[in-house]
Amino acid sequence: MNMNRKLRQTIFTHIGLILVAFILMAPVLFAFSKSTQTTAQIYHYPPTIGFGTSIVKNYATAWNEFKLGLYMKNSFIIAIIVTVAKTILSLLTGLALVYFDFPLKAWVFYFILFTLMMPTQILIVALFDLVSKMGMGNSYAALTMPFLASATGVFLFRQHFSSIPGSLADAARVDGAGPIRFLWSVLIPMSWNTIGALALIQFIYMWNQYLWPLVIIREGARQVIQVGLRSMTAQQDVTNWGVVMAGAILAMLPPLIVFLLLHEQFTKGFALGREK
Amino acid sequence: MYKAKFKSKWLPYVLMAPTLAILVLFLYYPLVQTFRLSFYRVAFLGLKKKFIGIANYIDLAKNPDYLHTILTTLLIAAAIVIIGLSVSLAIALLANQKVRGARVYRILLIWPYALSPAVAGVIWLFMFSPGFGIVNYLLSLVTGHELNWLGDPHLAVILVIVASIWKNIGYNIVFYLAALQNVNTEILEAAAIDGAGPWKRFWSVTFYLLSPMTFFLLITNITYSFFDLFGTVDIMTKGGPMDATNVMIYNLYRDGFQYYKTGSASAQSVILFFGVVILTIIQFRTSGRHVYYGGA
Repeated sequence: MNMNRKLRQTIFTHIGLILVAFILMAPVLFAFSKSTQTTAQIYHYPPTIGFGTSIVKNYATAWNEFKLGLYMKNSFIIAIIVTVAKTILSLLTGLALVYFDFPLKAWVFYFILFTLMMPTQILIVALFDLVSKMGMGNSYAALTMPFLASATGVFLFRQHFSSIPGSLADAARVDGAGPIRFLWSVLIPMSWNTIGALALIQFIYMWNQYLWPLVIIREGARQVIQVGLRSMTAQQDVTNWGVVMAGAILAMLPPLIVFLLLHEQFTKGFALGREK
Repeated sequence: MYKAKFKSKWLPYVLMAPTLAILVLFLYYPLVQTFRLSFYRVAFLGLKKKFIGIANYIDLAKNPDYLHTILTTLLIAAAIVIIGLSVSLAIALLANQKVRGARVYRILLIWPYALSPAVAGVIWLFMFSPGFGIVNYLLSLVTGHELNWLGDPHLAVILVIVASIWKNIGYNIVFYLAALQNVNTEILEAAAIDGAGPWKRFWSVTFYLLSPMTFFLLITNITYSFFDLFGTVDIMTKGGPMDATNVMIYNLYRDGFQYYKTGSASAQSVILFFGVVILTIIQFRTSGRHVYYGGA
């Protein structure tokens, strides 16, 4: 009897999970189905869910005519620049905060901490003023510079380094290794989960940038994918939804791939760490 | 706790210099400027500035449209937080059951973390479009008539809320699953032996043990609904219809970059900044840990 009840519960769990997973995925499945259809197939009543005959044409139009290829390249470049630079800068700052003593250390720490209260969106008007006056408009520099450093990165590494036994640094010093050498050959190899978690957060954060590129980029050549998606819906008289859905699918692929590659590091290096 | 230190007077400053320089130039300096600009009336393109004290704030306080914007923001944020977290927790509890294929299920539940607000907006805009969107078709099969989702103020608000919950649900589930892994099963077994049913076990043990995580997610979800909603709103409704979805960050963007009211937009930034400060203080008081604001 107990066996039976357990079996029933397992089956219900499976059904529940499959149902929820399907509901979460349904909008994307719908978008994908429509991204393959011609305009006539899309406006057909009743709506059809299935493979259309315009897959190549829709994706090619989105990629070439609506320049999503170019925009995705731009988004990719800024995401890589920020991910790499922020990881390096955060590692160096974490090293300084954990393995050195210096005057006003607590103040420096709070100085970095307070920036958590300053999301870029709040500063958008003054930031626009500043970056325009610096003459960086319409450039990768304008898109990346404000994001090269952050409290989140510093704290992740500071927290992680603090959990590494101090005797390792002693040993390194006895061996005559300096701090940079210690960072390179001891700390970094022990930090891959944290590095992976930060890389995932930063890549997706930068790939999904919307408001800042919208205001600071005035010419198409440097625009990013999210704003490109926006102009697809705004510029056309009669929206060609098949092409727009192709654009949406294209725009979600790179972050999805990064997520699938790094989600375990994200859980280990970030989500679980929050519980300690 | 003893911690081995390296000795150098100048090296730590060199290591921190790039980070501190970026934070000063692109966060602290603009913050100071935002406060300053909020006391000025700025002519088009910033050519002329006139000091007007707190007039920008008084104008906002007297403006019924701005008060409506604040209320809208709070309402949408409350819905996203309460519904979003309840649904996420329920799904996480389901996914935490020990069944075969649990790893695959997990991925199938958390992938929406990779979605952007703009992608979520564009897909939901399409699904709910009148005439050919799938939702209206299904609705007409059941009820016999279609709804004008994006033309009706109430429905548009609901749509923005649901699309935003969908986009953020993966993030919430990741964290709830991580927290559930750390829940001590012995306590649950002890409660079961004491005769507590599943419902009682959840509320008096699991829910209680999850409360620090719920609090963390509460803060991140509030921040998400205040700031990251911009892309979803901009693509789906442009703040409409009749300003029904005109949240504070969208109003700020319109005033700052479409109507060129730099002074007023800066005052709105300051108001939002104090909102964040209050949230952060609450977070510190209760948990003593820093808040993660979604990647910045």
